[in-house]
Amino acid sequence: MAIALFVLPLVFALAALAVPSPRVRPWLVPVGGGLQLVLVLLAVRDGHGTAYSDWLVIDKLGRVALPLVSGLFFACSLYVPTYLRLRPGRPNRVLCGALLAFLGMMTLIVESQHLGLMWIALEANTLVSAPLLIFNQNPRSIEATWKYLLIGAVGIALALLGTLFLAYSALHAGRHGSLLIADLVLDARLLSRPWLHTAFVVLLVGYGTKMGLAPMHTWKPDAYGEAPGLVGALMAGGLTTCAFLALLRFYQICAAAGEGPFARELLVVIGLLSMAVAGVFMARQPDYKRMLAYSSVEHMGILVLGIGVGGLAAFGSMLHLVNNALTKGVMFMAAANIHRAYGAKTIDRVSGALRRVPASATLFLVGFFAVTGAPPFAPFLSEITILRGAVANGRYGIAAAFLVLLFVVFVGMSATVLAVVQGEPPKDLKETGYRDSLGTVGPALLLLVAVTILGVWVPAPMDAAIRAAAVYVETGR
Amino acid sequence: MPAVEPLLVLILMLNFLLLGTSRLRTAINTSAFQGAVLGGLTVLVHGGFAVRPILVGLATIAIKGVLIPLMLHRALRDAAIRREIEPYVSSVVSLLLGAVATGASVLYADRLPLAPQHRGSLLVPAALATVLVGFLILTSRRKAITQVVGYLVLENGIFMMGLTLHDAMPYLVEIGVLLDLLVAIFVIGIVMNHINREFASLDVTHLEQLKEE
Repeated sequence: MAIALFVLPLVFALAALAVPSPRVRPWLVPVGGGLQLVLVLLAVRDGHGTAYSDWLVIDKLGRVALPLVSGLFFACSLYVPTYLRLRPGRPNRVLCGALLAFLGMMTLIVESQHLGLMWIALEANTLVSAPLLIFNQNPRSIEATWKYLLIGAVGIALALLGTLFLAYSALHAGRHGSLLIADLVLDARLLSRPWLHTAFVVLLVGYGTKMGLAPMHTWKPDAYGEAPGLVGALMAGGLTTCAFLALLRFYQICAAAGEGPFARELLVVIGLLSMAVAGVFMARQPDYKRMLAYSSVEHMGILVLGIGVGGLAAFGSMLHLVNNALTKGVMFMAAANIHRAYGAKTIDRVSGALRRVPASATLFLVGFFAVTGAPPFAPFLSEITILRGAVANGRYGIAAAFLVLLFVVFVGMSATVLAVVQGEPPKDLKETGYRDSLGTVGPALLLLVAVTILGVWVPAPMDAAIRAAAVYVETGR
Repeated sequence: MPAVEPLLVLILMLNFLLLGTSRLRTAINTSAFQGAVLGGLTVLVHGGFAVRPILVGLATIAIKGVLIPLMLHRALRDAAIRREIEPYVSSVVSLLLGAVATGASVLYADRLPLAPQHRGSLLVPAALATVLVGFLILTSRRKAITQVVGYLVLENGIFMMGLTLHDAMPYLVEIGVLLDLLVAIFVIGIVMNHINREFASLDVTHLEQLKEE
């Protein structure tokens, strides 16, 4: 079963490459994504019997992350056929194949219990995202792809180096140096401390680059700015989730080794730094897609901050993982619709979106309130939980900084968002042929409904799974 | 294993050749040679002439020493460039920085507790030094191809670190890493091709449109 979950999307990817018709091909993406989602939900419901071997297991983190990435992918995949009809001139063979392969690799990252296998899957994921980013084939998208590939390749190389350091710390302890997470957690207390510390720092830089934590975030605005909106949604909600998960696996080992305080201090610093950098660059940001990229930097910061504070905040962080992914889906798809309607993505040429494309603009505006943590949406719940966690642990300074930074981001982001949705559409606006329809608005609306429901009511099984994941991260049990 | 140390010294010397040269062809060939030396090192470190170490060593030579350099040479020919003109950092300065990086790696490795079998060996310091030199090349050059060579050197350093763990790492992972590298260079090559077609040059200074105003 665990194998089928990541092989199925790969089979569909091959099918997408083989299908000759560019009109039929896009439908393979939602069909493959939907089938995989059903399998994932069955596997998670069954719980036991999912372990194929020691290498592939849906553990407590997987039970949260796997339905999340599959669900997000499915919602985004519903957008694919309509989106590609809007771009008739663009060949879509590679895009469809790469999207499905992207899902397969995300699944493999989540399932991997072997740190080497997990690394290979994340590297493969980086590579299949290159054709997604270069889809528009213009100088700007080529530049963005080059930066993404090069920075991403270095980040992922450092992650491998960190993994090797960690294995060496076990070797030094006279253990076999297994790269299975369970073995490392079990032997954690024996690991050589200097190697473990070096490993965690290198890994934080490496996987932090993939997550887009400041100051390793520089690829993000370029990549999210130039990629199609649905690719942005999948990267900001899916790929970053996987990279965060990878980081959590190493944090888990550090915590089991009794080095939790060391790791947590680093996470707090880098978390607050990411939020601050995002706040600075979001102020007066003229490009609303780049603005979303900085919003992603901010939310990655919130995630690691929650883990860094620990306890209740770690639970808040796991909850925020879910909320961030869903909300990013809403924002990027709404932004993509506005981009299509105006043929531009800067506020000097985009205004009055509420008149031009009322449905998409409403989603964009409501999504903005959700993403900045306004009640009653789900991110409010998770951010307030992290805040309560900080106060409960007596970290008042962190709590205050967190609140201030959230406010700064809200103010900075509101200026750009309001400029996009309010006012009159520009007089010289050309007809782009874009209309809001069920196909373009539906997927984002679906996610927004989920974000709203989760803000007031978290279903009991999901709540239990998230609580279990948070405990598992901190204690290894 | 006495033969290991001379090979490590050779790898360190190749690092400096890479830092000093301005000819792209030399840079590619040097990184290819370094990759081939790593193949030999793999066999020696794994301790002798069993079937599996030799297969991994041969795969390393084939991928790092032959396939990837061939791809880069092709990209070079298509782009019709020869020299790295005006790197961000001059070659004298890069050589000096390389020396500092190598020295720092030796000192840092000295502070880390090494397993008994690696005490007194150059393996760990050489791995760290190669990683740093790769990073240096990657950040200080203008041509897309030299940046890729820097990435390859960085990967070589990491591969050497992997050799310290030959008991722990199943061969599957080593092969996976090698294949990943091959595909990465392939994808990077395709993007380089796009850059070349779009800007009629492989100079990354053209890639400066995207920034905050």
